[in-house]
This record gives sequence, C-alpha cells and structure tokens, in this order.
Amino acid sequence: MKKTKAFLTEHAIYVVLVVLTVAIAIYNPKFLSVDVLRDILMQSSTRVIIALGAAFVLITGGVDLSAGRMVGFSAVISASMLQTADYSRLFYPGLPQLALIIPIFIAIVVGLVVGLMNGFIVAKFHVPPFIATLGSMVIVYGANSLYFDMKPNSSQPIASLRTDFTNLGSGAFFSNEFAIPYIIIIAIVIAALVWVVFNKTTLGKNMYAIGGNVQAAVVSGINVTKNIIFIYAIAGALYAVAGVLEAARTGGATNNYGNMYELDAIAACVVGGVSTTGGIGTVPGVLAGVLIFGVINYGLTFIGVNPNWQLIIKGLIIVAAVAVDMRKYISKK
Amino acid sequence: MAKQSEFILEMKNITKEFPGVKALSDVTFRVRPGSVHALMGENGAGKSTLMKCLFGIYTPDIGTIELEGQKIELKDSKTALGRGISMIHQELHPVPWRNVMENLWLGRFPQKSIGPLKFVDHKKMLDDTVKLFKELEVDIDPYVRVGSLSVSKVQSIEIAKAVSLNSKIIIMDEPTSSLSGVEVEHLFRIIRDLQKKGVAIIYISHKMDEILRISNEVTIMRDGCYVGTWESKELTIDKIIERMVGREMSQLFPPRSNVPGDTIMKVENITSPNPLSFKNVSFDLKKGEILGVGGLVGAQRTETIEAVFGLRAIVSGTITINGKQVKIDSPHVAIQHKMALLTEERRVTGIFPILSVLENTVIANLKKYLRFGLLDDKKRRADTIKCNKMFNVKTPSYKTLIKNLSGGNQQKVLLGRWLLTEPDILLLDEPTRGIDVGAKYEIYTIIAELAKKGKSIIMITSEMPELLGMSDRIMVMCEGRMTGIIDGKTATEQDVMRLAAQRQGGIDEKN
Repeated sequence: MKKTKAFLTEHAIYVVLVVLTVAIAIYNPKFLSVDVLRDILMQSSTRVIIALGAAFVLITGGVDLSAGRMVGFSAVISASMLQTADYSRLFYPGLPQLALIIPIFIAIVVGLVVGLMNGFIVAKFHVPPFIATLGSMVIVYGANSLYFDMKPNSSQPIASLRTDFTNLGSGAFFSNEFAIPYIIIIAIVIAALVWVVFNKTTLGKNMYAIGGNVQAAVVSGINVTKNIIFIYAIAGALYAVAGVLEAARTGGATNNYGNMYELDAIAACVVGGVSTTGGIGTVPGVLAGVLIFGVINYGLTFIGVNPNWQLIIKGLIIVAAVAVDMRKYISKK
Repeated sequence: MAKQSEFILEMKNITKEFPGVKALSDVTFRVRPGSVHALMGENGAGKSTLMKCLFGIYTPDIGTIELEGQKIELKDSKTALGRGISMIHQELHPVPWRNVMENLWLGRFPQKSIGPLKFVDHKKMLDDTVKLFKELEVDIDPYVRVGSLSVSKVQSIEIAKAVSLNSKIIIMDEPTSSLSGVEVEHLFRIIRDLQKKGVAIIYISHKMDEILRISNEVTIMRDGCYVGTWESKELTIDKIIERMVGREMSQLFPPRSNVPGDTIMKVENITSPNPLSFKNVSFDLKKGEILGVGGLVGAQRTETIEAVFGLRAIVSGTITINGKQVKIDSPHVAIQHKMALLTEERRVTGIFPILSVLENTVIANLKKYLRFGLLDDKKRRADTIKCNKMFNVKTPSYKTLIKNLSGGNQQKVLLGRWLLTEPDILLLDEPTRGIDVGAKYEIYTIIAELAKKGKSIIMITSEMPELLGMSDRIMVMCEGRMTGIIDGKTATEQDVMRLAAQRQGGIDEKN
C-alpha cells in the first residue's frame, strides 16, 4: 500500500496522463483511435521541441520568455525563402529555388545567435533571466515585424509555401491509418538527442549542478558562464527548429506566430516535474507534460467542453501539478 | 515582591544538549546592572549557545534564568525582547532598500487613525527617531537608505532599536569584528552612555585588548563549562589565555607516519582587495605535509585559503607551485594545478542537495569519463562505489539524494569527489565541522592516510585539539595577518592562543 502510494507520487504525472485519457475515452470511446492519437501527437510535436528548449533553461534555474517570439521569427525567416516561384506576392521576388536546407539552416542559426546573446547577458552581466529574456522577447518580435513589413511583403501573411517544405510538416511515412508523420519522428529524434545531452554529457551534468547549487558548481571547477551561454544557445536553436516546423505544418507564417508559446512550454515543463527553482527535470517528464496539455486541448474539444472552461481546467492543472510536486519535495526534506 | 538582587540577570546551572554533543554543562552566568560583562572562550566554548538560551532561541534542558530576581521563561526571541533583552548580532540583517527610520520601527510602526482607517504615522516616527538618536548621540539621517550606510552605522541603528525597546540587557556578539578604529571608539562611547543609563551589556569578543578596556567583569567558558568570573582589573591577556585553554587532550587522533618532503607550494605576500581581509600572508607547503591553520573567528583564514583556490581575488602577492609561478583566478584553474578545496560551508558551497550521491561524487571529474563525447556511466558508477567503499560512506545506494545523508557521510562523499580529481594539494576548511565524533575519527584517518601517500594538506580548523593533534606545522592567523608558524609536535594551546590574539591594534585604519 505504502509502496503503491510512493509509486503514484513519484510518477503522478504519468498517472494523470493515463487517467485523463481513460476518462475522456469513457465519455466518448471514439477518442481511443489511431487518428486521434496521431492528431494529438502531431499537434504536440512542435510544442515538445519548444518545451525541451525551455527545460534546458529552467533546469539551470533560469527562465526563457523569448521562446514564443523566437518560434515566430524562425517561422517567418524560413517561410520567406521557401515560397513557390509562381506565387504572385513573393517575399523575395526573383529568389532562385534554394536547397531546402539553406533557409532552415539560416533560421536555426538566427535562433542560436539570439540564444547566445540571452546566455551572454544572463551569465556575464548577471541580469536576471526573467528580465534578460523579457527584453529579447520584445526585441525579437520587433525585429521579426520589421522583417515581415519589408517591401514588397509589407506585412502580408507569407503563403504558398513549397510542397517539399510543407511536406516536412504534414507528410508521413506510409499512408492512411498506418501513416507516421515526419514531424512526429523529428520530435522523437530531438527528444532522444536532448535525453542524451541531459544524461550522458558533461553539459547536461553541469546544467543540473548549476541549477542545483551554483556556488558548489563554481567550487567544483565548472565554468558556469560558458555552460549557461551554451545552454541558452541550444534552447534558442530548439525554438528555431520548432518555428520552422510550425511554418511547414501550417503552410504559412506571420509575425504573430508563436505568440505566448513560451508560457505553454513553461506550463508543460512544470506539470512534467521540471523545478522552476532549478536542478530538477527529465525528458520523459517534459514529454508527459506536453502530452497532458495535448490530450486536454484535443480531448475536451472532442467531447464538446466549452473552450472557456478548458482554459479554467488548464490553469487549475498547472497550479495543482506544482502544488503536488512541492509536497513531494517538502516531505523529502 | 521579588527579592532584591545585586544582579540584573542570573542564569543558573544551565545545561543544553544537542544530539551527540553537550553544548552547555551546568553553566552559571551573572550580570550586574549597568556593567559591561565580557563573555570569553575559544571557538565552540559555548558562548553563542548560552546567549541563544538567553535570547529565547534555544530552551535550556536544565537550569533557570532570573531577571531582576524573577524567574522567567523565554519561549522565543519575541518574549526575550518583551522582557528587555536585546541582541546585536554579529551579522546584521537590515532591510537595505528601506530608510533608517522604517528599519528602526519595523514591525511596530506608530499608527494614526483617519476615520476607520489606520495609517503609518510618519511624523511621530520621525520625531521618535530624532529624539532617540539625539539621546544616543548618533548622527544618521532618518531618511537615508540603510543599504548605503556603513556597518558601523547599521550597528548604531540596531543599538538604538534595542534602546527604544527599553532593553535592560543588550547582548553584543563580536560587535567590532568589522569596524575600523574610529568606529570602535564611537561604539565604546555609546556603550558607556548605555552603562550610565543602567543598561547591562554582555559583550562577546575575541579581542582581548578591547575587553580589558571596555569591560567591568569577564566570564570565561571552556568546552561548554563555566570556568569563572573575574573583575577585569585583575586580568591580563596572559591570565585570560591561561584560563581559556588548559583542556585535557582527551580526543584521540590516528597515528601519522607521513614524512614532509620538498616544498610544493609557496605563497608570498598575498593581499585581499578588501582592506578588512587578509594582508601580506606568506607561507609554504611541503609535499606530504599537514599544515594546520589556526586562529579565532575573524582571522580571515577561510578568505585566505579561498583566494589561493581562485575563489577570491588578490591584489598583490604570488603563488608558486612546483617552482613555477602561477596565476589562479578561478577554481577551474586551481583544479588544473591539482588543487582541491573542501569548503567550510558544506551545504552552501559543497553539496548539490537535490542530486544523487553518484552525481555529487563525480561532478568535479566529469572530463575523465568522456568516451566519444559521452559520459561512461559504468566508470562513473565504479568510481562512486570505489569512493564509498574506501571512505565507508553509509548510504542506501549511490542513487540516494545526498541531502538525505548525515553530515559526516556528506563530507566523506565530498572528500571522495576531490580525491577523484587526483589532487596534489588539498585545502580543507573545517573538515570536521558539524560531524559526530565517530565520523570525525574516520576523517582524521583519511587525512593522515592522504598525507602518507604524499598529498600536501592545508587544514583550517577552529578546534584546538584537532589543530594540535593533526598538524605537522601550525600557521596561526590573526585579523588577516599571519602571526606565526610553529611546529605541530611541540606546540601548546597557549602558543597558538598567544599568536591568535597577537594583534592588539584592532583593524588598521584604511582610507
């Protein structure tokens, strides 16, 4: 009995995910179908990538508010260079057909650079991460809007994206009920890579150490500045990847893409057991956190819950998850 | 009516035990009204514990406290304050962003009513502050932000607060530890004023010259016991030292068979940018040697050693390792030079509480486990298990979070962490602090073993038996200066105390 209880507290997040799914399925058994599952996973793919970026920063004891706007920026950058040549309102009229990888690469590099700057400001100038990334959130949106407003585009939504690009977001291996969307595979691969970084590299270990006790990390000879800069840079690159995929999935982009995604990402992390005070967090936890929100979003709509009620339920889950998590932490002290 | 007593305070037969330690044993302490009563003893003699009993932070297991002849119970600090007992702590914690008068009246702002609403009465607060400062001859602008004031001024505010609470007894814990000469004079003037008003001051300090100047009576404690109370007039520095030490060497230390060899490190004239910290400290360290570092609280030993490890800056002086002058400006450079530092504050700068024993063991040594850019878990586990075995760490598993281990076991994990980096020079800052007796012996054995293997060890310790029992040589510091190096085999407690209390002039006037 005690063991069961301990297991449930330790794995509360996964239990919640299962209970939620079962509850919705009891209400409407059609919920448990391959199509629904695929839809939820597809919608969750980009969110997982953003949340993993956010988790990097949260585990160091920081927070990154620039995530959402970074997603929007990289969506616009990649989309602006990947329109079909015969479209009438091209972002870059006369741009030759680029290899797919080039615009994607550019978008990711931009994300990496913004992340580097975030990390530099946090680590070198000791600006609190909340403030540093609040600043870059606003700056990135400004820069994105300027770019988006350039002539001849003049703030028109970027549309008519090349099919080889949109295929990345909506295409799949196999077809019909056996279809496995590329975007899900990409998210799984990235999650696996992040897991390796968290668990098998010095960067990952240093990240946990810095978040766990930064003073002890300094004494242990960890170059905290360098590690922090790296971590924010990786996070920035992950947001950019998510932005590219978001453009590919939806077949378009505007400067408002990704708005407030950082909050969804932080919520998913927190629900998934990442500590906002640093030092704690796992990749499976983050995945479960994202999936819980995926199931709620999709499932509650599926069974016809009023969207406004959905917001209230989501908010309650965020607060409840952390309250339960803190209890676990306090009782262990 | 309570019986008249010549004492304002009588603490009788106070005994206080903590798990594994008898901190106070049958201590009696009597203070006369209007007197300055110095409380003296080595580090760990029980002064602070006794004062915490008086200030309601601890409750004595046995014994009574009488105030003006009346027996009182002190549940907490608030009760103590209500009874007229105040304490000026060594470390002051004002609210730095608020002004002087708001700090002074914090928690008891004067209020005025406008209709049913209550507001803070700023006018009354200002008037009261001005009146209080005038009375104490304190010259501080009530509107200035406390964070911008010197330590001395903040202390004056604390004293003013104590006076405003109508305190009959004010405890001052190391009040001059961060004051300059002029500021000390100012403090003494305030103390004399308070004395005239009939306030009794309990003055805790290590500075013998100050005590002989300011106090009327001196009570000396040793190892949690009361040694005696004397009039200051009868005392000299030598007499005080004689009464503070003189303990039996009851603690056992492992036999040591290390043979100090050639000089491995030479530190010459290192000086801190902080004028109140260490200055012109020079010493050398030999291969396979245990160099003990003794001194009283405030001797700046930790600061000096942390500077050697690159955690603190130095403005001048050199460090030479194996004949080569090196520049150590951060811990990872120090680690490259094969140094390791076990810090004094295990919880603050040592352990990663929420990480496992394994992660805590290998964190300073991660580079050695890389294979194709990834960490080799098998090797990390093997090393952790090896360390745990070698040092007899008691832990359910290497996956256990280190915060769930006892202090002694945490310390052994940290020792293991540093030994995995294969250091030549180990800097140990109070390696047995907060550790129970059995584990202490284990740590002594480890240290002796390391020295025998040719590791060079610098060990700061505030425990006299440990210093005398473990060191090949003893370096003693006082107020940021190295005051002498003596042979560990022949040194006595008196020798160490004399050097530790050597500087008489207070802290140098600077800028």
